[in-house]
Amino acid sequence: MAIVSALSTKHLLGIKYITPQDIETIFTTADNFKEVLNRPVKKVPSLRDITVANLFFENSTRTRMSFELAEKRLSADVINFSASSSSVTKGETLLDTVNNILSMKVDMIVMRHPAPGAAFYLSQHIDASIVNAGDGTHEHPTQALLDAFSIREKLGAVRDKKIVIVGDVKHSRVALSNIFCLQKLGAQVAVCGPPTLIPKHIRELGVQVFYDIKAALEWCDVGNILRIQLERQDIKYIPSLREYALYYGVNKDLLDSLSKKIVIMHPGPINRGVEINSDVADSGQSIILDQVENGVAVRMAILYLLASSNPA
Amino acid sequence: MAKGRIILKNIKFQLTIERLCNQLIEEYGNFDNTCIVGIQERGVLLSDRIVSVLYSIDKNFAFKYGKVDITFYRDDFRRRDTPLMASNTEMDFQVENSQVILIDDVLYTGRTIQSGLIALGHYGRPAKVELLTLVDRRFNRHLPIQPNYAGMVIDAIDEAYVKVEWDEIDTKDQVLLYQNREAAT
Repeated sequence: MAIVSALSTKHLLGIKYITPQDIETIFTTADNFKEVLNRPVKKVPSLRDITVANLFFENSTRTRMSFELAEKRLSADVINFSASSSSVTKGETLLDTVNNILSMKVDMIVMRHPAPGAAFYLSQHIDASIVNAGDGTHEHPTQALLDAFSIREKLGAVRDKKIVIVGDVKHSRVALSNIFCLQKLGAQVAVCGPPTLIPKHIRELGVQVFYDIKAALEWCDVGNILRIQLERQDIKYIPSLREYALYYGVNKDLLDSLSKKIVIMHPGPINRGVEINSDVADSGQSIILDQVENGVAVRMAILYLLASSNPA
Repeated sequence: MAKGRIILKNIKFQLTIERLCNQLIEEYGNFDNTCIVGIQERGVLLSDRIVSVLYSIDKNFAFKYGKVDITFYRDDFRRRDTPLMASNTEMDFQVENSQVILIDDVLYTGRTIQSGLIALGHYGRPAKVELLTLVDRRFNRHLPIQPNYAGMVIDAIDEAYVKVEWDEIDTKDQVLLYQNREAAT
């Protein structure tokens, strides 16, 4: 039986805190869990003695369901917390909320929070393992891992592939985590969008910048299309969604005009007709639904590997 | 690396495999409604060999053949210093109402077989499960699990380590007994 090294970290707070070896270990484990998800009984008993609390202080459909499904497939006990129906509305602090939950013998926390650094802050104050499910505009590590896993599955490898991230890069935690993850795996990364939505110093992360969507898609092997994060914008960065769609929306005519077929990704939720048209989202070049399927396997791998470093 | 003591090799190794195959044929005939399932990783090396010898006797035997990995079913998860890497599971059939021959190379504490039985249950409810092993370390059991077919029986202390080597990957078919697990690495 081959032994793997445990992850180099007790938590998954962000891609910047994990090594390329950690990423490969997660991918190899996720390959096995993807096979489990195709069995008649899609469950393994590994986490039967673990309780996981899903703390979502922000709205979520995909990520919340994906984590809950991953936990249940691993036979963990799951409790769900939603900020809007909790004592947070009565003024309870994050730390008090979490410590109350941990007092009920919860072993792991999966948290989504609107404040950047919330997961890191928590990791300094509690013993339980934490998985960051998205902290404001900072990182969304599990999304980046499932995106890279999906690229690896579709194209055979991530190394030396060219990936462009299109859209509201400035407010996107998915963009930042993807940049870190893809670079750690040896890919070339570019961003594309209106200048107002591309961070001023993004080139310092080693990424190329395109302002022209056709040039960006011509350059890349994979286009990862992001939603305009209106809920995170303090001022108007674009004249209108209609204008954004005209200049940066990805449609079939644009893809057909390229010299090669590229892969299209999107972390969801999709705003059809804005950043991506239905004829692209539902086409054979899109791996959007594969990303969702892979998300469960990748999250199972992360939970399994983090739990393995917590002795029984 | 300290040398292990060879306790089965050459013609005796081959005859042991053939005897096990003939025992299976005696019990299962044409292998109708029968599945052979090898436990990853090293149990699969034995099951591959068993299947190969069976087909050399009669290529029309009707069994289904699969391989199951038990890593996610182990009872020592979170009790080891480092996690184990899972191997592939290749089970493209259900075992519902089938007779199953579960195969592992060495039967030691029985915990691997327990995990294998749980994993097998996720592919249906078998009519019957029998266990075939090349080496039965009969006095080292932690659980009440016994083989139905055993190539050889070894009486060894708990710390001793038994390793089955195969021509395909280790250049020789042989069974070795080491003082402990570390001596074998």
